[in-house]
Amino acid sequence: MDWLSKNLPYLMAGISVGGQYALIAIGYTMVYGILRLINFAHGDIFMCAGLIMVYSVTVMPMYLAIPFVLVTTVLIGFLVERVAYKPLRSAPRMSVMISAIGVSYLLQNLALYITGGLAQQYPTIPWISDVITVFGVTTKRVTVITPFLVILLVVSLVFLIQKTKIGMAMRAASKDFETSQLMGIKINSVISFTFIIGSFLAAVGSLLFFSNYTGVTPTVGAMPGLKAFVAAVFGGIGSIPGAVIGAFIIGISENIIKGLGWTTFSDAFTFALLIVVLICKPTGLFGEAATDKV
Amino acid sequence: MNNLLEIRDLNVAYGGIQAVRGISFDVAEGEVVTLIGANGAGKSSTLRSIVGLVKSAGGNIMFDRKELRGLSTENIVRQGITLVPEGRRVFVNLTVYENLKMGAYMRKDRLDEDLDWVYDLFPRLKERSWQSAGTLSGGEQQMLAIGRALMSRPKLIMMDEPSLGLAPIVVQGVFDIIREINRQGVTILLVEQNANMALKAADHAYVMETGRITMSGTGAELAENEEIRAAYLGKAKKS
Repeated sequence: MDWLSKNLPYLMAGISVGGQYALIAIGYTMVYGILRLINFAHGDIFMCAGLIMVYSVTVMPMYLAIPFVLVTTVLIGFLVERVAYKPLRSAPRMSVMISAIGVSYLLQNLALYITGGLAQQYPTIPWISDVITVFGVTTKRVTVITPFLVILLVVSLVFLIQKTKIGMAMRAASKDFETSQLMGIKINSVISFTFIIGSFLAAVGSLLFFSNYTGVTPTVGAMPGLKAFVAAVFGGIGSIPGAVIGAFIIGISENIIKGLGWTTFSDAFTFALLIVVLICKPTGLFGEAATDKV
Repeated sequence: MNNLLEIRDLNVAYGGIQAVRGISFDVAEGEVVTLIGANGAGKSSTLRSIVGLVKSAGGNIMFDRKELRGLSTENIVRQGITLVPEGRRVFVNLTVYENLKMGAYMRKDRLDEDLDWVYDLFPRLKERSWQSAGTLSGGEQQMLAIGRALMSRPKLIMMDEPSLGLAPIVVQGVFDIIREINRQGVTILLVEQNANMALKAADHAYVMETGRITMSGTGAELAENEEIRAAYLGKAKKS
């Protein structure tokens, strides 16, 4: 019992941050699923969502700022795809990847220009930032809400992909662009839709994440972005359940390691995990057997 | 008779290589027209340029008196053309039922009647409707690819080598189906290396060699032609 009460805070923090990684990881894995592209700019879109929140609360009330953040983040994700990836549709995959790296630096440097490089204080979102006590542990409400919200979003997403027409088109397009076009599917709309979902989830993730880690810097997206990417690879890139499970495992492991007093090594653990997965099971937990060089 | 598809002086080039060199042919409404020829003659390139999967370098593609050149693939198929691609290309990660629904992706009306129609033509697909398409045999996948194409209610179905890689008895089944759907009013443009079967099924036939049409006639005429018999039907010239 003593052990539990000592470790419960870390477990809860782990589940919570794991859920936030999951929301980012879905964006990586879905884009990879359809374009076979690692969207390196995804972590920076997450950062943009944080910055937009910082600035929008200065001009509008919170209940408008939250939807505004969601909409503008989706718009950024959509535009990034249209401007930086779509023109390269028939180019070698490496070119698109380099374009993605370029977008990542572009967004970071735009943020640097706008913020002047100073960490911006993320606003306190009422209710979810309230301090509550569960099982004798004091924490913010967001910690408790995150896993439930993530599960809700993932279930809706899986429903969308399995049961709706656009979801069916996404699954078809992820296998075969040409034949999908022969069915009358507008490939570009399907791809845009994928980026829209990914950016939307990253924006929701940012609302939750920055309620706990309140400093928004231009490079703040890099670390959660990378960890979500590791989660997507760990779960088997292209697989949504894989990305979610991978993200929870990474979030929980990191915080257990912190709980054991090895905080310094928590990030190292995640990347060591990446190396081990790539060596032992490159397709991840739920990945397809097909191998692609990236 | 009314020409559904009119190809005039069509050219297709990949980089510097010209695959199709100024061909012209017609597909009349209600007919089965076949394009036969050896590997690399430009048959697939012709079909792929009609649906806009490759850009043609010149010429006209008139379908139902509308120019198709320059339209995107999804707009071309919306006019009522569909292509059953070479190698079947069913969506292996979708179920049989979902594959058929993908075929009707552009349609907004009810599908039940056409689903019944396709299941009638291919009872095997009905039995396996909840199986993923990847678990079907080659012949069943070809049936599914044709069924999927029918689900768009096309005016013209183009088929690229539907008999490729199938056992002779299955090939017979595929050609039976081609005749059956044609009898039900669908116009068919068939590309085949199996000249023997294709000529038997066709009202009109064109022979392609190195990007040009070198011969044309009714299916029966070409099947009797000495050169065709020697080159494509594996029968010695009568001496």
